[in-house]
Amino acid sequence: MPLKLLKYGLARDYPVTGDIPATPDLRKSYDVVIIGGGGHGLACAFYLSKYHGITNVAILEKGYLAGGNTARNTTTIRSNYITPEGIAFYKEGVELYGEMSQELDFNVMFSQRGQLTLAHSETTMRSFHLRAEMGKHMGTRLEVVDQKQVQELCPHLNMDYGGALEILGGLWHEDGGTARHDAVAWGYAAQASRRGVEIHQRTEVESINVNGGRVQSVTTNRGEIACGQVMIACGGANYEVAMKAGVRLPIRCYPLQAMVTQPIKPWLHTLVSSVSLHTYLVQSSRGELVIGGGSDPYQSYSTRSTLDMKEHLAQGAVHMFPFLQNMRLLRQWAGTTDMTPDYSPIMGASPLDNLWLDCGWGTWGFKATPVAGKYMAQTIANGKVPDILRPFGMDRFTSFELLNEMGATAASH
Amino acid sequence: MTRLNAPFGTRINQDNTLRFTFEGRTFEGFEGDTIASALAANNQWMLSRSFKYHRPRGVMSMAGAEANTLVQVAGEPNVPADLTPLKDGMVITAQNVNGNLARDRDAIMDKFGRFMPVGFYYRTFMGPTKSAWLKIWEPLIRKKAGLGIIDTATPRQHFDQQTLHCDIAVIGGGPAGIIAAVEAARSGADVVLIDDQPELGGSLSYAPQTDVDHQALGDMAQNEAGLRILTSTICNGLFEDNWLSLIQGHQLIRARAAQVILATGSIEQPAVFRGNDLPGILLGSAAQRLMHHYGVRPGGKAVVLAANPQGYSVAHDLVAAGVDVVAIADPRKDGHGVPPTGVPILQGMIQEAGGCAHISKVKIRDEWITCDLLVVSVGQTPAWQLPCQAGASLGYDEASHQFSINLKNPTIHLAGSVAGHIGHETVCASAGAAACHATGAEPEELPADPERASANYHQPLIPHPKGRDFVDFDEDLQIKDLLNAVKEGYRELELVKRFSTVGMGPSQGRHSALATARIVAGATDRTVAQIGVTTARPPTGPETLGVLAGHEHVNERRSALHQQHVALGAEMKPVGPWWRPYLYGTGDRTSLIHDEVAAVRENVGILDVSTLGKLEVRGPDAGAFLDRIYTMAHGNQPVGRVRYCLMLSEMAAILDDGVAYRLAEDRFYVTATTGAVGRVYADMTFWNAQWQMDVDVVNITAAFCGFNITGPRARDVVSALSSDINFSADGFPYLHGREGNVGSIPVYAMRIGFTGELSFELHCPASQANALWDAVMAAGKDFGLRPYGLEASRILRLEKGHILIGQDTDALTSPDELGFGWAVSKKKPFFVGKRALEMRRRLGQKRTLVGLTFPADAADIPGESCLVLKNDIPVGHVTSVAYSPTTKQTVALAYVAADDSAPGSVASIRCRNGRVIDTPVTAHCFFDPDNERQGI
Repeated sequence: MPLKLLKYGLARDYPVTGDIPATPDLRKSYDVVIIGGGGHGLACAFYLSKYHGITNVAILEKGYLAGGNTARNTTTIRSNYITPEGIAFYKEGVELYGEMSQELDFNVMFSQRGQLTLAHSETTMRSFHLRAEMGKHMGTRLEVVDQKQVQELCPHLNMDYGGALEILGGLWHEDGGTARHDAVAWGYAAQASRRGVEIHQRTEVESINVNGGRVQSVTTNRGEIACGQVMIACGGANYEVAMKAGVRLPIRCYPLQAMVTQPIKPWLHTLVSSVSLHTYLVQSSRGELVIGGGSDPYQSYSTRSTLDMKEHLAQGAVHMFPFLQNMRLLRQWAGTTDMTPDYSPIMGASPLDNLWLDCGWGTWGFKATPVAGKYMAQTIANGKVPDILRPFGMDRFTSFELLNEMGATAASH
Repeated sequence: MTRLNAPFGTRINQDNTLRFTFEGRTFEGFEGDTIASALAANNQWMLSRSFKYHRPRGVMSMAGAEANTLVQVAGEPNVPADLTPLKDGMVITAQNVNGNLARDRDAIMDKFGRFMPVGFYYRTFMGPTKSAWLKIWEPLIRKKAGLGIIDTATPRQHFDQQTLHCDIAVIGGGPAGIIAAVEAARSGADVVLIDDQPELGGSLSYAPQTDVDHQALGDMAQNEAGLRILTSTICNGLFEDNWLSLIQGHQLIRARAAQVILATGSIEQPAVFRGNDLPGILLGSAAQRLMHHYGVRPGGKAVVLAANPQGYSVAHDLVAAGVDVVAIADPRKDGHGVPPTGVPILQGMIQEAGGCAHISKVKIRDEWITCDLLVVSVGQTPAWQLPCQAGASLGYDEASHQFSINLKNPTIHLAGSVAGHIGHETVCASAGAAACHATGAEPEELPADPERASANYHQPLIPHPKGRDFVDFDEDLQIKDLLNAVKEGYRELELVKRFSTVGMGPSQGRHSALATARIVAGATDRTVAQIGVTTARPPTGPETLGVLAGHEHVNERRSALHQQHVALGAEMKPVGPWWRPYLYGTGDRTSLIHDEVAAVRENVGILDVSTLGKLEVRGPDAGAFLDRIYTMAHGNQPVGRVRYCLMLSEMAAILDDGVAYRLAEDRFYVTATTGAVGRVYADMTFWNAQWQMDVDVVNITAAFCGFNITGPRARDVVSALSSDINFSADGFPYLHGREGNVGSIPVYAMRIGFTGELSFELHCPASQANALWDAVMAAGKDFGLRPYGLEASRILRLEKGHILIGQDTDALTSPDELGFGWAVSKKKPFFVGKRALEMRRRLGQKRTLVGLTFPADAADIPGESCLVLKNDIPVGHVTSVAYSPTTKQTVALAYVAADDSAPGSVASIRCRNGRVIDTPVTAHCFFDPDNERQGI
């Protein structure tokens, strides 16, 4: 029995930690206003308050805390990307996850059990070799494995020898893992609010008032607030919120769906994904199988899930593990992903002096929560984009210095 | 235990006894039983241990909604015992027990409950080192996680799927659903009535009402001509545009309905008090289901908690079934019902239930009463899941203490108790009104519903000082857990759910949502309506991945010539969905492949290119349309000519290539690469939806076959065909196309090639491909015509430096990086990607595709995907590598920095073995650079 639990067992009344303070009244002005109370906004507020001494910060959240893609993603954490800039960035993200529970004194259950991506074609093997070469060059744990190694890493897979979907090999990413997504947001929220950051739930930004190339104030459903610096980190709503400041982002939104089965005793220890089947699976610490895939093939803001995708994901899962046919599905859901043309995020400066962007996170935002928070806080505190974020600037779309991560997502989109 | 006689036990056939085992003991049940009813008849009430505290649990709802009844049936985990029909010989065990069900060693967790408050796992398991979670704690927790055990050796079973269309789908076969369906059918609509139970009637099948003829209602539906009835079929999802997922055993039925009537009824709710989870505590409807459906007497000595009229009906039912009802507890101050003769009413709430593995006593008015059954009847919630999936919001009627559903969808209508109607007369009237709405008729006004006000009891939810008053049975959550979650700051319902896990178990909040909403509302000074329920998501009930996946089916495409290849000894390999000849013959594969290459270079070969995408683009704007889609000029392309096609994205990245053969002023035959044709077709239709040009695009990939005859003697072969096409050098120049016949087979002939040799490509309808293949093979016999496979084709193209889209290009490759400036029109005012291409040109080119050559005996030859480095920074990679038997060296294509792309520059490449080699770059054509062999 861990000692920390003694206080609960021995106290007469439940000892309240108070993770998330009730929403206070809005003040007239803040040094920093963060639009979007998801993982990224909360992480940024945490780093601002802890490492830069900036605590006069308001986080504005339209709904409930971290209820967007932070709540809906399938919690994969990895750094097996293709571009050197991307790998360097996500690699630090993975490392920050390794320290997060201690940093936040909140167990985010970072479980680094490795990710195995399967190749069913020579084309995929070729792309795995490229990712592995690039990953090794950048110092991540990433290697191409053959059929035998695939079987050893994941003994229950249907190898489909001789079939159209024979598993030819895989990409083994030992650094890959998962974490409890909600806990990441709550841990940041608790630590940031303890340092004075205000979290305003059910506070929707109605307009962003721009004058002289700067954001002067933000009007919400609860009143207008003046602001020194503003950051947009609104996930699926990024395009619309940025438009309120007159900033047009190169973003298109697609639904992304996932589903989860009833809990069973753990049998699957790694994350497994298949590029050809557009399906990936991971078993949570509750014993549920989380199953995800690629984005829907059309643009939409709807978060109502579809039967087509459910059938597709079930087909993929049952093909990989035929014995899953008797697993019962518990729930299917959807979120809105803000996709950029090159499948990399947009971080850093905007055309306005004091408006900062943490957008375009598409289907890959959760893993970057700590690292994006860390460097966006640095950006806002210093008024200057650090080198590691420079390649992700919005200006890359006019200079065509694109960061092509297409095909680097767990299931190809 | 003997069963009750008729009218009880409507579902079981006592003439057919089934034997099964549970936890190693043998039991008997009857045909028609569920696992749970058969066990209950044998006085086996405990079915499982709870998720967290390992408390004994058993049947509560008999409606298959809670984790309490999940059991393991052989290799299948999480089988709902109260829904699953009993089969002879079933081997059933309890789940989540350490030891056995009766003596679960983990039951000690119940004693340590106070050390495990809500969300405790976020507060600890973090030390002593950073890796402690992964190394120590998570493995421990994973051991305790989950319920059943999956058998990884389970063989694949058969699942089926079908599709159904109707005017009106009525979900729910209770009185409301029956009446709505029959009335809608009588108006002439095509109606399907769907119910998850084996018989129609809904609650009437187990809770008879004296003035309603349940049988007659069912007969009315059965006798209604044109009304399709699907029983034992659960509607698990209501998706956009009334796309329904219906699960019937191992079959998924996808249904599209113009109108939907939801008559999904209501879900009876448990009461919350200390010990409310003990086996032997049943919902009123569960007790009635056991008696009426299965003839099981639910206990010997019962107390009934009756806080509504239904509770009194259940008490009468119990007495009729021979149960000794010792008391009725009614917490209401007035409005008590009429108890069975001699049964006292005690005004008060159940304070506590006691017992070890089964209920043995209840405490009312501070006194313990001995009993072996507690039946609870305190109210219900409308079955909100399907309406909420369709976008309904929930309100809360403070007067009748129940959720109300607000659904504003003109094609979906509510009928019966899901709409809050309780009295039979109002239920029937609401069903008639729903049928009117669905058929466009004028509905009548609904009568008053006097029974509505008393159907729900608003139980004050005050935590018991000693806890164990469960709100969520699946997740072992008590009132204090939810209150503590709110105290920690998780004040929004979705946060309460995520922090406490309330509603996340198999019941998905069916029995906890109402109590949770009331508790959170009370703790945060808001109304129940402001709290509501968490987002309703499909599936409504459990469904297996197998039934969703359908029958085992891998998309597989074969060329019409597949059997020809097999007969010629081809080794077939999958390429995307297609199976293609990789090489022909048996023996040393390398020499077979090199022989095929040599045949093409020295003589003549034939390749099946039927997998190529084929599109017909037709209409007055066909040329103008292709001008916009592709980079070269097609508007001015003469009829009878073939032109290369290069397709760019809006970022000027290469998406695809192919050829366009102009058949007529308004008709093009366009090819696309095998893997990309779907995308190309989709993009063409996407763009034309915006441009609105007078053009039509048809994907005719499957309708046509093609093969390429290539090599120095190709003309000899085609000239030997019996054809009206003039294949002579003068009569058929390079990049020309001809329509004609070979024998009686209509063909498109094109002079194009990928190998660098003189080539003719013949395309014909797939239905005649075999005849054409035979004709060509016969014509080629004297010239040594030899089929060659994919691998030889790849070597042939690489020797010529021809690129493969997707292998030698990536998602950002521009035409300039390949040196494809010749393929981009400088005159056209617009094509997709033009603007981006011009911008990229202004910004300068960073990388270029070049050729590399390595002597056959080189020590280190880089593999595909090896990095090209400059100052130890990756600037490109090797895209294709192969040994060229024609030039007797290894040749490769690679991206290098644009500055280093001139022939003679040096590229640094890190081989797979880690060694970095410096190698000179060349132009990316390794054979016949002046294209003399192609006879241009």
